[in-house]
Order: sequence, then C-alpha cells, then structure tokens
Amino acid sequence: MADLTTNFLGISSPNPYWLASAPPTDKEYNVRRAFEAGWGGVVWKTLGSEGPPVVNVNGPRYGAIYGADRRLLGLNNIELITDRPLEVNLEEMARVKADYPDRALIASIMVPCEEEAWKAILPSVAETGADGIELNFGCPHGMSERGMGSAVGQVPEYIEMVTRWCKQYYDRPVIVKLTPNITDIRKPAAAARNGGADAVSLINTINSITSVNLDTFSPEPSIDGKGSHGGYCGPAVKPIALSMVSEIARAEATHGMPISGIGGVTTWRDAAEFISLGCGTVQVCTAAMTYGFKIIDELTAGLSEWMDEKGYTSIDEVIGRAVPNVTDWQYLNLNYIAKAKIDQDQCIKCGRCYAACEDTSHQAISMSDDRVFEVMDDECVACNLCVDVCPVEGCISMVPMAAGEIDPRTGKKVQPTYANWTTHPNNPMAKAAE
Amino acid sequence: MAQGQMAPGIVAGRLSSDELTSNFTDLHPPLAPHEAAVAADRCYFCYDAPCVTACPTDIDIPLFIRQIQAGQPQAAGRTIFQQNILGGMCARVCPTETLCEEACVRETAEGKPVEIGRLQRFATDDLMSAGAHPFERAASTGKTVAVVGAGPAGLACAHRLAMLGHDVVIHEGKPKPGGLNEYGIAAYKSTNNFAQAEVDWLLKIGGITVETGSVLGESISLDGLVENYDAVFLSIGLAGVNALHADGVDKDGVRDAVDFISDVRQAGDLAQLPVGRNVVVIGGGMTAVDAAIKSKLLGAENVTIAYRRGRDAMGASRYEQDLAASHGVQILTNVQPVAVRGNGAATEIELEYTSSQNGQLTGTGEMVRLRADQVLKAIGQTLEGAPEGLKLDGNKIAVSGAGRTSVAGVWAGGDCAAGGEDLTVTAVAEGRDAAMDIHATLVS
Repeated sequence: MADLTTNFLGISSPNPYWLASAPPTDKEYNVRRAFEAGWGGVVWKTLGSEGPPVVNVNGPRYGAIYGADRRLLGLNNIELITDRPLEVNLEEMARVKADYPDRALIASIMVPCEEEAWKAILPSVAETGADGIELNFGCPHGMSERGMGSAVGQVPEYIEMVTRWCKQYYDRPVIVKLTPNITDIRKPAAAARNGGADAVSLINTINSITSVNLDTFSPEPSIDGKGSHGGYCGPAVKPIALSMVSEIARAEATHGMPISGIGGVTTWRDAAEFISLGCGTVQVCTAAMTYGFKIIDELTAGLSEWMDEKGYTSIDEVIGRAVPNVTDWQYLNLNYIAKAKIDQDQCIKCGRCYAACEDTSHQAISMSDDRVFEVMDDECVACNLCVDVCPVEGCISMVPMAAGEIDPRTGKKVQPTYANWTTHPNNPMAKAAE
Repeated sequence: MAQGQMAPGIVAGRLSSDELTSNFTDLHPPLAPHEAAVAADRCYFCYDAPCVTACPTDIDIPLFIRQIQAGQPQAAGRTIFQQNILGGMCARVCPTETLCEEACVRETAEGKPVEIGRLQRFATDDLMSAGAHPFERAASTGKTVAVVGAGPAGLACAHRLAMLGHDVVIHEGKPKPGGLNEYGIAAYKSTNNFAQAEVDWLLKIGGITVETGSVLGESISLDGLVENYDAVFLSIGLAGVNALHADGVDKDGVRDAVDFISDVRQAGDLAQLPVGRNVVVIGGGMTAVDAAIKSKLLGAENVTIAYRRGRDAMGASRYEQDLAASHGVQILTNVQPVAVRGNGAATEIELEYTSSQNGQLTGTGEMVRLRADQVLKAIGQTLEGAPEGLKLDGNKIAVSGAGRTSVAGVWAGGDCAAGGEDLTVTAVAEGRDAAMDIHATLVS
C-alpha cells in the first residue's frame, strides 16, 4: 500500500484529504466523527470576530442540480460563517487538536479588513494549537456584502495586505483561500504570495442560482419568495477548479507555491488529478455532505491502489506531475493529426455520433440503411464530439496518424515535426522559424 | 371456504377472494414518478431511433421519453396519442419484447432495454387520468362513415375520422365496445376495467356513435352500409375458431380458450368462475399462454400447454413463455392431441409426440397421457361472417394500400384484414391509416 502521509507546509496528516471549511467542520462533534472515520485533516468552519455571532437564514440554505437518478452534481449554499460564539469554537478546537495530534487542524478565519481585527483574533487561534490558518477570502454570498470573503479576494491589494498582517501576528502557516469569482486567478494568488502566504487553497464557491421556481418566479433556494445568489460547489465545478489550480501551478509568479485543491473532489480519481496539477492536499465538502464521512475509505484506498499500480510510493512523487503538460493553446502541436475510429463490434447503433456530427459538427460520419456508422476520414477534423456523446466507453477512439501518411482531409502529408501557431503561416504575428 | 387446488373437476371458488384479487392485479405495476424519471434517463435519444421503426404505429418514442424526463408526462402522452389513440392499452398489452424494446439499442448493449412500455403507460395514464381529451375535432365535413366492429382497429379508425370532421357510427355486435381489448386481453394486463375506461375517454372526441348489438349479416348488411354511408370500414376481427381434430373433443370440459378468456374478463366475481384441477391448453400462441396463466391464477393445480411443434415455433414470445413458466405452467412441446378420454366429461388427454421433417409434422407413435378435466383449445381464430363479394387473401379480407378492399368505398383493417401481425398495435395502425385514406378519398 502506498504511503499517503502528507506533509503540507510542515503540517503532517495521515492522508491528503482534508474536510473543507464548511458545515461538516462546524463543531467538535462532527470533527471527532470525521477523524474517527479517517479523515486526514479539517479546516474548521470559518471563525468571525468576537462578539455576537452572525445569524443564518431560517429557511433553505442549499439548492441542488441533479443528474440521472437524482445524483447530486452541483450544490449551492447561502450559509454564512459559523454562527456559534468564537470562544466556543476555540475551546472545541483546542480539545480536538489535543486528542488528535496526528491530524491537521486548520482554523479558517474571516474578520473585517482592519489590522486590529486580525491582530485581535490571531493570538487566541494560536492558543488552540491549530496547525495553521486559512484566510477566507472566498465566500461569495452574504459576508461579501459586508466587505469580507470574496469582496477581499477580488482585490489583490487587500489580499496582500491582510496576508501580511497575518504573517506578522501569527507564526504558523498561513493559507489564503481564493475566490473563483474573478477574471484571472493568477493575480490574487500572486498577491497572496507577495503578502507572504505559505500556500493558497482554491476554489471557494462560484456565484450561482441553481434554478428558478416557475410557479413563484423565485430563485432557488427561496426564502419567503426571494432568492439570493449562493456559492456553487460539487462535482459540477471540478473542471473550473482544475483549470484555476493549473494556472497558479504554472504561472511564473506563483510556480511552486503549495496549493490545497478544492472543488468537486468526489472520488480518489478527482484527488489524484488535483494532486497531479500541483496540489499538496485536497479539501472535500460536497461529497461528504452528500454521502457522509465514510467516503474517506474509498478516497484513501482508491488513491493508494492507483499509486501502487503506477509504482508511486509517496504523494510527493505525484504532486505536479501534470503541470508541465499544461500549456497555452498557441503551443499545441498543429502537426498532430488524429481521426475518429468507430469500433463496429462495440457499436450499439444509437446514432448519437451521427446526429452530433451531422447536425452540429463536420458531417464526417456516414450512416447506412442498416445503421452502420463510419467515419469519413476526408471530413473528420478529430474534434472528439462523437467520442464525447457515444454512450459506449471505448467504442470510438481518436487514432493519431503516423508521420508520412497523407491526411485525406487536406491531402497533405503528416509531418513528423512539432509546429505550433506561433510559426504558422496563417498567423499574422508569426515569428520566423528559427 | 375456498375449495382449493385439489378439488376434482371443473369447479368455482378454488381460491379465496383475497387470493384471486391478488392474483389478478397488474402484471406490471405502474411506474412511480421517480422510477419513471430513472427509466427515462436511460433513453439515449437515438438518431432515427430503431424503436420507432419497430413500432407498428410509429410512436415518436425518444421524444415522449424525453418529455417525461423533462417533467411533462402529459405532453409525452399527447405525443403517443397522436400516433396511437389506444396507446394506453398498447402500453399494457404490446409484446414490447418483440417490438420496440427488442429494437432498443440498450437491449443490444446490455440486454436491458429502456422500459418503453412502462414509460408509455406512465405518460398515457397521466394524461388520461387528467380526464380531458387531448384532441379537438376539425370542422364538420358533412360526411358519414360506418365502422363495423368496435375493436382496436375500429376505434382507432373512428377516432381519426371523427377528429378529421367526419361523423362516425360504429356497429358492434357484442354488448360492449372494445373488441379483444374488452373480451380477449389477459386480465392481469388490463386491470380496473381499463378497456371500457379507455373507450369512454376515446369517445370524448365527439362525433362517434356506438351501436351495440348491431351484427353484420343480421341487423345490418354491407350493401346497406355502402348505401347509407359515404364510406365503410370493416374491423370485424376473427370471430371463428379453428376446429381441433381429435377423438372426444365433444366431451364436457373441452372448450375454446377465447371463450374461457372472455368469461374471465367479463366475470363480476372471479370466485364464481369454474376452472379445472388439471387443465391442458392446446396451442402455442398468446391465447394459449393467457388461458394457461389465467387457469393457474384461478387456482388450477396443474396447467399444461401442449404445443405440436418446438418452442421456437410458438407464437407466444419467449417472454410470454417464461411468464407462463413463472406462474407454474408446464410447457410440453412436440405433442399433438389424439384423443380426449372420459366418461361424458373429460378426465384425460392422450397426446402423441411429433417430429418435423422438411416442415411436415408427423406423429412418432409414442404417446403421453395427461390428466385433464378441462381442455382449452387455442389453436387459432379464423375469419367468420365476412360479407359476400369481398375478395379474400387466403382466409382474410384482401386489402391493398391503406386497407382498401376489392369493393369501392369499403376499407378493412385489424385481424380480419390480410397482412400485418394480429396485434392490438397493428390493428390500431391499420385503423388509423385507413381513416387517413378514407379522409383523403372523401374530401378529394
């Protein structure tokens, strides 16, 4: 069994799976259950300043998007930070950390963008023995209207400023949690690094309305007939999260910065993908909220099994392995030519590839009277849509052409060499080949 | 007290009322909304879908399933009824395993087709239970059409004609409309008096008069109809039954399976319906399977289907055969009846094994005897009472195009007409298509 022990910023945990700051980590009871179930760490539900805690709505906090058989694909929430008193949370954190010294316990914090506020809370957090803090610059609803959460995360200067305060008043690792509700994720990440952050974590949730009630015309979730945008998470957001993580992992200003990956991690495979794109840990929330803490058994066993199959013995060996393969479009090899190929033995003759290609793509699939579907190589641009819509996995594949073959679509010989847009003759900005 | 399975002879009340009620509930209970959503999600929305090609009425199956998936079962119902106004009954009785569901690509892929029949029932039930009729009549054409026979073909034809603005009179010989839907279909497929409810709902289109007790060749004649109406559609079914040639078939306890099935369908109280302890059904089609299962459900101890050829040659689909077997019916193949024995009433049947050479069936001389106090003959129905002057094709009414007979102004469809399988859904298609042809003829 591969060793899943993780060392992230010097914080050790028996596996890279942390529960994200969210309802599952709002109190001692849940966190103890999570640790008993086997979770590697938790980021405690976001703490606010001392004093009367925030209040939540007393109606639905969540809305959902479903796939087949009511499988939850996306979840949206309008819950705020912890609505329990600060001192209660701190006492519980201290007790839990004392009882589970081998697990990671991170305190998520969101207080006003004032130095005094941070200066006030950080020492009491430090006293709990928490392994580090995560600055919640991500929540897109409610708190952002009060100048916190994503309102900070959307202004790189604020990120840098607050991060610097935290590094000044707190001596353990500082993780900055980023909002995806921004145009270029690299800017807030760079600001965090400039402020001295030890790591970033992302993504927080995405602004969303899950649906509109067509009887009342209220957005969902609806509170007495009105709805407010919430934060979207769950399997549906994973592709967005992977892309943002990869941007930070490969940008010059942030390359090599530790990342805790968040966004739709549901199975071990999702985790492996985040890790390969540069994440040292992954944080999970929606999957746990959907299925309970027991999923940790599959998450850990699956990752370990995959690592064994591939011969990786530690998480460190996997971190960032995919990063060098993330590139800009302009550097993709335009001399790489593939053609779709339909395995007739596997084809069940549904015709979805035909409909997709004929109606919406390149008219490159033929259909015979007896429902035999074949790719016309002289029309196929290898767009992959047929593969994506085919209900039979592996029935249609993209087969690369060998160098020297003639592409029937263009009549040109497949070149053995790499060539991209930067040197392409159609590119008005093309540089002369060296 | 129920008499039990072992009471000798043909007796009523073998099972308690509770047992009978439970036995005759829906074979396939309706889908609950979530089940329907899950079942609908399995549809791939195939291009030029094979299931549609396989449906005699060409229902746009992927469309109606997508409408269920999108939360509008009544819209799905309309999609079905546009092609097949008896889509409710067809959802219950179609041998989907040899039609749409056999063609389903998921049958090819994994041996588990999309449950098209049950989804169709979900949609049609939903729309029909809303009460309103989904179609309106076109402006009156002033034309009148006589339809003879209120079975599936006649009803489908009449509905389409009424929708197109013609006035229709259906002449039905039996006391109730519905034809085989009312008198022939397996009771466990059409529960809660669905056949009559469906007819009532269908007639809400308006413009259709049903005259029961109106028998062709007795109270009405084809010549008279041709004279009094602008067109005539014959959907008289197959009223006769093939004769069984064996000794002793006149003994008490030997009867036609279609009559037995009709008795079950019409029984007010199943506990009053007599059935044998040892029942042998002769035949290999759906009627044989229905009669055998019904006998078992009524409490017969031993029920055997005796068929003269092999299993593959049976008219009943493999699914129907398995259904019979799962009810405890024994299927004996390659045997033909030689004699029914008994002193006045049947007590046993003697069968001879057969072998088939070059399609020719011969007895092998080896005999087998089965206890039989009831013998049900299910060896096929035949055309009876067809008016003189109509050209026949084999022993059915010859038709060309969309049901045109050899007599101008007279169309025919359903089981009485040549061509097509003898299925409810085929009858509906033929009735509908004949109506379109009649319409085109009348308005041209």
